Amino acid sequence: MCRKMLELSDIHKTFNRGTIDEKVLFSGFNLTIEDGEFVGVIGSNGSGKTTMLNIISGDVAADSGSVILDGVKMNGMKNFKRAKKIGRVFQNPSMGTCPSMTIWENMSIADNKGKTYDLSFGLNRQRKDFYRSQLELLGLGLENRLSAPAGSLSGGQRQALALIMATMIRPDLLLLDEHTAALDPKSSDTVMMLTEKIVREKNITTLMVTHNLRHAVEYGTRAVMMHEGGIIMDVSGEEKKNKSISDYLKVFNEISIECGN
Amino acid sequence: MIEGLIIGILEQGLIYGIMAMGVYITYTILDFPDLSVDGTFPLGIAVCFVMVNHGLSPWLALIAAFAAGCAAGMFTGLFNVKLKIRNLLCGILTMTALYSVNYGIVGKASDFLSMDTTTIFSQTEFLFGNGHMAMYSKLAVILVITLAAKFALDWYMRTKSGFLLRSVGDNEGLVVTLAKNPGTIKIIGLAIANGLVSLAGAVYCQYGRAFNVGSGTGTVVMGLAAVIIGTTVFRKVKFMRITTGVLLGMVVYKACISVALAAGLPAQNTNLMITLLFIATLVINEFVLKKRKAGVSKNA
Repeated sequence: MCRKMLELSDIHKTFNRGTIDEKVLFSGFNLTIEDGEFVGVIGSNGSGKTTMLNIISGDVAADSGSVILDGVKMNGMKNFKRAKKIGRVFQNPSMGTCPSMTIWENMSIADNKGKTYDLSFGLNRQRKDFYRSQLELLGLGLENRLSAPAGSLSGGQRQALALIMATMIRPDLLLLDEHTAALDPKSSDTVMMLTEKIVREKNITTLMVTHNLRHAVEYGTRAVMMHEGGIIMDVSGEEKKNKSISDYLKVFNEISIECGN
Repeated sequence: MIEGLIIGILEQGLIYGIMAMGVYITYTILDFPDLSVDGTFPLGIAVCFVMVNHGLSPWLALIAAFAAGCAAGMFTGLFNVKLKIRNLLCGILTMTALYSVNYGIVGKASDFLSMDTTTIFSQTEFLFGNGHMAMYSKLAVILVITLAAKFALDWYMRTKSGFLLRSVGDNEGLVVTLAKNPGTIKIIGLAIANGLVSLAGAVYCQYGRAFNVGSGTGTVVMGLAAVIIGTTVFRKVKFMRITTGVLLGMVVYKACISVALAAGLPAQNTNLMITLLFIATLVINEFVLKKRKAGVSKNA
């Protein structure tokens, strides 16, 4: 039997409890992800996809239930402490990099994750060639712009950089929060291919929330469909390979999903 | 006469420049409008005043003032990070509390150092002999201290710890994903910033040889003006660090004030002029930015 990397069990979460806007999102939500799985999560607006990620990362506290990451119970642990084991890329491209710092500085700071940020020199000179080779793989020409501030990059370039930074020190779990949603179709595909490549090469357990049904179908080893705080479809392995976009749409035609783009 | 005026401008500009570098950390890097500065500048004066008045080493007094400023800055940070008080209010609280603290340290509202008190300037009075060059000795000492502070800050900003400080103001969320507590880094940044402000106060204490509990009023506005002059006017100069720009910004600022006073502006109107100058820099800054943005879109 495979090792369980992430276990969400009996999660309850209600927003605005006791007010007129009370919204019960999760009542007994369960999800288990095994080591090495690449899970694509799709679902309608308000289905709880992003809240699920926030509960895992510790940005939102669940009312009850447990979050177990690699055998360690994470309940009550602060978000920055959980981040030791978790990498994350956000929807907003400006959230994954420091705009006023250069590409080289950004990569150096990410490369130091898990170590102490002491009074030694911040730029990592030994690894400059490695950073350059990583950027070369993107084919975006960034390898010649190591000294450019990250804020001067386009959304797609920044998101690609953010993805490299989030996985530079291999996390136990990678959370992708609609990380291609704010990009144009071409950049979106570039970033998605890069995601697939990194996740496969480094064998990172990944939980990817997306609005793009096609991405969830084409990429990943497992697809999960959420609706109103529950899982209504969960396919993996051969079963997933044999399903087409129309199969997913058939299951879920009553909720609005942006199909491809 | 002119030479003396210029020396005076440079001396004051460089002393207050140390303070402006502190404001640069909070305002530009941390994006934290820190008003504690109006209290930590006189805190440096007070700590230094009492120490040199008791015959302690004037250099030790500078270090002690820096430490006291760091402690005060940490309180501002703790109010914000641990007690979740809004950042502007945190600075106001520290500033208000320091008024009493500063009064308590010296024991009265204002006092002067006696003429025979040993200061860093009395020790170095005859650095360049006792001829005409002697009038440059104070400036030389101030220059050494200011440059030491500047290079130390430049060096820190290039360390790993300095990188975190820069990223916390830039993108707090990224610091979280790096598994670091942004709150702690913010507190460290506020400590360093107010340490510098307090150090400036300590140098100013030995320069002006006086303590006045109300002398901090307007410090932050002065610092902000220098930071804005430094980060906009001098930004275009290649190969110049922002800290250098901020120091020059303070010199320019002090020059404006001195010229206005020399031209007959009544001393009680300086605060009014400070405000007008500040607004003018902001408006010009906005204008320059707009122009620059328009230029970019034309090029695109």
